[in-house]
Amino acid sequence: MNRLERVQRSLTKKTVPPFEIGDTVRVHVKVVEGDKERIQVFEGVVISRKGARNSETFTVRKVSFGVGVERIFPIHSPIVTRIDVVRQGKVRRAKLYYLRGKKGKTARVGDREFSQESKTQAATARAAAARPAGSVAEPEEAVPAGKT
Amino acid sequence: MQRVMTRAVAAGQAAPRVTSGALERLVGREAMTNGLLGKKLGMTQVYDSEGRLIPVTVIETGPCRVAQVKSRDRHGYEAVQLAFGDLPERKLTKAELGHLKSVQVPPSRHLREFKKTGDVQPGQVVKADLFQKGDWVDVEGVSKGKGFQGVIKRHHYSGGPESHGSMFHRAPGSIGSSAFPSRVWKNKTLPGHMGSERVTVQRLKVIDARPEENLLFVSGAVPGATGGVVVVRKSKKG
Repeated sequence: MNRLERVQRSLTKKTVPPFEIGDTVRVHVKVVEGDKERIQVFEGVVISRKGARNSETFTVRKVSFGVGVERIFPIHSPIVTRIDVVRQGKVRRAKLYYLRGKKGKTARVGDREFSQESKTQAATARAAAARPAGSVAEPEEAVPAGKT
Repeated sequence: MQRVMTRAVAAGQAAPRVTSGALERLVGREAMTNGLLGKKLGMTQVYDSEGRLIPVTVIETGPCRVAQVKSRDRHGYEAVQLAFGDLPERKLTKAELGHLKSVQVPPSRHLREFKKTGDVQPGQVVKADLFQKGDWVDVEGVSKGKGFQGVIKRHHYSGGPESHGSMFHRAPGSIGSSAFPSRVWKNKTLPGHMGSERVTVQRLKVIDARPEENLLFVSGAVPGATGGVVVVRKSKKG
């Protein structure tokens, strides 16, 4: 199996930011419309990470206009261009499926103390996350409207 | 040359994004055999240029050594015998060792004949660069053994109802008629040993090739267990 594992590692992206279950992330997804390509942002809580090496996926959940939306992204897909960690969550489960049945306050994930070295990382990520939301005409808001 | 040309055209159709340089390389490439031996490393997945996920089997193809070249004069037919898989010397008989040593081929586990398609000398190496991205190949292997199996798994019988008073579940049922023919027809499908047989899967696409690592990425599944020996040949159906 070792030989195959090495092959699988060679198929992974070299730069995937470290993020964990419970973190709030902004996933930049390449969307092809006709012959045009654009980047769409999906922001939400990571409720699960599954698989290993080149076939690893993660599930992001958000509540948009009162409707829960979940998207599963393959981490190493070329469609996922960037992952920003906006907030680190404090959780005690590996899978946060319990969030599905919750509403309002109970559906929140508590903040985790940023560890020393990731403090600056998260700050920059936060700043980066704030920028497109302010400047671009809310690309994220356009998503759920089309979906729901 | 005719063969090489058709092969290049087929590959060009399969991968429309082949650059002119790559096409020239394809035409200029003179293959010694129509296939080679390899080891199935297992399955994984890769993304194509449009971001779609494709299931692939990773095969470690070669390097194979030419152990013998059979000629029409001496053997009555033309073929290339390839050797694959390292093995300690003590595992082979003197006869097998002598056969390999006469052409400076290291002790090998598997010997297999392939079609001769070009100039070959004993001792030459056949590598994964025989195939390129976009080629079509047939892969032959020995399927996983399933043991003694009933007719439902072995011959796709549908079986009977499990309940509601049914007393007919997974049995084969009637196996023939009465006065005529007064015997069971030959080739009647019945329970028995299943698997561990030679299976060829035709026309699989080469999704990627890494000749420097001796790796071939073939779309879909190939017969046999991980670690099993497979034969990768140029596709019979193009």
